[in-house]
Amino acid sequence: MHLNRVISIAWKGLVKNKFRSLLTMLGVIIGVAAVIIMISVSKGTETTIAERISSLGTNLIFVQPNFSRGDFRGGPGGPGSPGSSGGLVFDDAAAIAQQVEGVAGTAVEQNTEQTVKTALATLTDVELLGTTPDFPTVRDMSLASGRYFTTEEMNQKVKVAVLGSSLATELFGDTPPVGQAISVGNTKLAVIGVFNKKGVVGNTDFDARMYLPIKVVFQKFTPSFFARMAGDRVRLIYVKLDPQASMTDTILQIQLLLARRHNVTLDQPDFTVTTQQDLITTQESTTAAFRSLLAWVAAVSLLVGGIGIMNIMMVSVTERTREIGIRQSVGASPNDIRLQFLTEALLLSLVGGLIGVFVGVGGSYIFSKLGGMRTVVLPGSVLLAFSSAAAVGIFFGYYPANQAAQLDPIEALRHE
Amino acid sequence: MNSRTIIEIDHLTKIYGMGDAQVCALCDVSLQISENEFVAVMGPSGSGKSTLMNILGCLDRPTTGRYVLAGEDVSNLNKAQLAAIRNQRIGFIFQSFNLLAQTTALDNVLLPLLYRRDEHLTDAEQKQKALKVLQAVGLGDRVDHKSQELSGGQVQRVAIARALVNDPVLILADEPTGNLDSHSGEEIMALLTELHTQGSTIVMVTHDEKIAAYAQRIIHFVDGRIETDHQNGKFARHPSTVEGGNYAPE
Repeated sequence: MHLNRVISIAWKGLVKNKFRSLLTMLGVIIGVAAVIIMISVSKGTETTIAERISSLGTNLIFVQPNFSRGDFRGGPGGPGSPGSSGGLVFDDAAAIAQQVEGVAGTAVEQNTEQTVKTALATLTDVELLGTTPDFPTVRDMSLASGRYFTTEEMNQKVKVAVLGSSLATELFGDTPPVGQAISVGNTKLAVIGVFNKKGVVGNTDFDARMYLPIKVVFQKFTPSFFARMAGDRVRLIYVKLDPQASMTDTILQIQLLLARRHNVTLDQPDFTVTTQQDLITTQESTTAAFRSLLAWVAAVSLLVGGIGIMNIMMVSVTERTREIGIRQSVGASPNDIRLQFLTEALLLSLVGGLIGVFVGVGGSYIFSKLGGMRTVVLPGSVLLAFSSAAAVGIFFGYYPANQAAQLDPIEALRHE
Repeated sequence: MNSRTIIEIDHLTKIYGMGDAQVCALCDVSLQISENEFVAVMGPSGSGKSTLMNILGCLDRPTTGRYVLAGEDVSNLNKAQLAAIRNQRIGFIFQSFNLLAQTTALDNVLLPLLYRRDEHLTDAEQKQKALKVLQAVGLGDRVDHKSQELSGGQVQRVAIARALVNDPVLILADEPTGNLDSHSGEEIMALLTELHTQGSTIVMVTHDEKIAAYAQRIIHFVDGRIETDHQNGKFARHPSTVEGGNYAPE
């Protein structure tokens, strides 16, 4: 029999039972749509995270102090507090900038949370970030008005501040902030600049912070006397590389330098050097785990869909035993019968798969519109979902089709 | 006239069941039927006539013995080969019609052509052939009617058209009038008689004497054996002269 005949007979068989065919397809529809939606949501999330990471700045190396667990818990003030083993000090950053080749700039951070007052507003728990003059370059930030502080201002501990854009609005409203004064505890700071909007990067809202010379933070806002005794600790050193510099060479040089300065071995360092690549790798392994989970969910839903097809095909073979007998009596061979039912199962899963593709693509669109979730529909995922549906149809259709083919024509004709 | 042998069965036995529960449905039956014979097979239930029909129709295989259909030994063919024989050599007419439901007369008649492997007709040729036989059985104006839209007699005529469409060497009719009223039954028997006149070989199972009277030769089965096999004396008369009144449904 010609293939188009086979398909047309199978198609007629399905159309005769429209509602049942639709119900049978439902499992496959849901399975395929789920695969497409889940892959598009995970791909969307992945893209968003990748964009956030790249907006951290390019060619960055992060140096952070290491805390063994006990010390971390024991330290009353958390990272950088006295008693912690390991720690980075302000001079480490300067040493890296001066002694390591291929470094374009370093920036250090030490933060503290304080209550901030202006004539207009009082805000509690504002993050004050002590940094160095390289900060805007290293973190790719630009000023909307005024200027950033200089190396001299930092070294002389001049009490100046640069504001994030949303913090500036909260503290001064419509008044231009540059030239105004801010009280932080007993200290008065002069506003010398305001950053352009940068947004949330990682988990940090760059626009809600205040940026000051790090030495002012060390002098005025370091929590305890012990901390001051321990040295000017910083919680993070950013190192920006020259574009031509080799990442691995530079990291090794930084590690050797810091190990010498801290008098530790590289086997047991008191600091950790990470790169953006590490962040990306971590993120990739997270999304890979997420994706394999989705693959299992998708496989299970397609499996359930397949069992649904098998179930209905079994019912269909029983119900249509008489029809099978008639076809056999006029000359349908076992192969003809098998092919007919296999084609029906395949058509069910393909049509279900096609509907599932539409539901999936539409669902992804609705998710991104209503759920505010970013979705990216990959053509590969559509192909994957569709071909899995076809495979499910053949796999689960074979058994009932074979049952039909094995029927004895005499008994089939006698069947009521 | 032509005396080509269509059916030749030789010491045919069909046994159902195993061990002590064995039942001999056909016991050592030998029989020859020539081309253009019209044979009625009669006998009470369980006499083996249905088993004979199933084997003659290649729906079943004998336990022992030989069955040669139109010169071809079909005793030991596999399922697919038997299907091909049914398709090309045999036309079935059933008591319960056995048309596909919700399917037009035309599509029902096309069915055997769809499964035909030895010749490849185009869609148009197949349709033409199907329409021709539908016209021949007097249903030229009913081709697009579905089975449930036709009367019993018309349904059986569609079944006859389906049986004829592949030009079979043998037409097997199993109680062809059993589900019909007397008027439709007469029409169907007239049609079968006409086919016989045109040269068809027909074997018909019935347990109704009046239906058997249309046949040329009557074989009686009892307990899986042939009891009598004789020419029908009345058949000397042309069937159309057989009084309609002597036919009645069961």
